Amino acid sequence: MKRKTFFLCLFLSAALLFCGCQATLTTTTKVTTQAEKKGVISPEKAKSIKKSTAKIAKADSKRREEFTPEQEYYIGRSVAAVIMNKYPSYTSQPVNEYLNLIGQALAQVSDMPEIFLGYRVLILNSDEINAFATPGGHIFITKGLLRCCRTEDAVAAVLAHEIGHIQLKHGIRAIKQERLIEFGKTIVTEIGGDKLLETFDGAIGDFTNMMINTGYSRPFEYAADDVAQTLLRRLGYDPNGLVEVLMVMEKKLNPEDTGFGKTHPPPQDRIDKVLKKTGIKYSPVLTPQVRQIRFMKNIGNI
Amino acid sequence: MSWIRISLLAALLLCAFSQPLFSATKEFLSVQVRQGQLRSTPSFLGKVTATLAYGDKVELIEDKGAWKMVTIRKIKGWMHMSALTTKTIALQAGKANVKTGATSGELALAGKGFNAKVEAEFKSKNKHLDYAAVDRMERIFTFKPDRVQAFLKQGKISPEGPER
Ligand SMILES: [Zn+2]
Repeated sequence: MKRKTFFLCLFLSAALLFCGCQATLTTTTKVTTQAEKKGVISPEKAKSIKKSTAKIAKADSKRREEFTPEQEYYIGRSVAAVIMNKYPSYTSQPVNEYLNLIGQALAQVSDMPEIFLGYRVLILNSDEINAFATPGGHIFITKGLLRCCRTEDAVAAVLAHEIGHIQLKHGIRAIKQERLIEFGKTIVTEIGGDKLLETFDGAIGDFTNMMINTGYSRPFEYAADDVAQTLLRRLGYDPNGLVEVLMVMEKKLNPEDTGFGKTHPPPQDRIDKVLKKTGIKYSPVLTPQVRQIRFMKNIGNI
Repeated sequence: MSWIRISLLAALLLCAFSQPLFSATKEFLSVQVRQGQLRSTPSFLGKVTATLAYGDKVELIEDKGAWKMVTIRKIKGWMHMSALTTKTIALQAGKANVKTGATSGELALAGKGFNAKVEAEFKSKNKHLDYAAVDRMERIFTFKPDRVQAFLKQGKISPEGPER
């Protein structure tokens, strides 16, 4: 009798395990299919929900190999602290606000408008022609680079290029492979502590070194220029703004310059690539007078 | 042995309860940004009707491209796909929804890895870094959505993008 109860219990536990597993198996497709069969939701709606979750899950699995938005944010904050330690900031509130409005408007029409904290722009008080972006959405642009811009459309092009680096996760790819493996280990084994801090320290080092000294690979730069063109067009800026600022940079930059002279392909190469890609000939930026007035007011005398 | 009976009963009960759960149509997503805004229309032009917190679990009800109509605590609204994840977000102890247990597949979002705690340790070893300046940069440049729209309008920047 006791033995019988024992076996019955064993059987039921197995059943529970199976059934419990199914219950926790939240694969939408399965659930939605069942609901669809039972006529709870229309096939059309079921299809739409399946497609939708599949899309988000796909974005998730792509992200998994890298970092979560929260982790990208924390890497970004420390990278930002390192940059702000190297360069003084330009503190004019209205001018920084002006750039943030352009940046946030561009982000809204991008494929990744929402990141953990959002996008923020800050001007660096430096004559060097340079710009940086952290995976956390912090964008830095030097006074030197702003002086290469003749229109708001050109400023937008520079910011859109940086947004491109963030969204294509170029910075994250600067982190050495062995560092990512270490990171994976600390996550799974919950070692944490010193090992995790060491990995973090190393990641910030890899990142800042790439941004300040070596620069990204050329394909990454061209890809960021592609994003810039797309965002300018989507928002309604003149896409010629990118070529315009690159043309000024071509004249101003010396190959031995620090900043973009060191970390980015020669502007002329980028111009050639942009024009080839879009198949359009460059024509001077068409910017309405009101836009030019506010550009001059904010950036004209920087 | 009464514990066998109890566990038997528990097993039966659990099975019975998990069944309706299984056939339910509900699909949940989690907010993966610090502040997730719910809007009245699937666009950034839509009025913000509520702000959700990191880790909030929302139910998906409708899909319109990159925009998802979701509901939570009887509030409904549109959210952009990039603010959502299919993974469960388990917050660290001491924060709001700690109860959300994470399985191994969800570890990446379980508050482990690089977080505020690691930053604090890094900061204490790098005293020359000015995190207050980073905080300031993050804090001061936040605008209400209509401010961005007004800026675009004033500059005669007319959009042609489909998802604004
Ligand atoms: Zn670049």
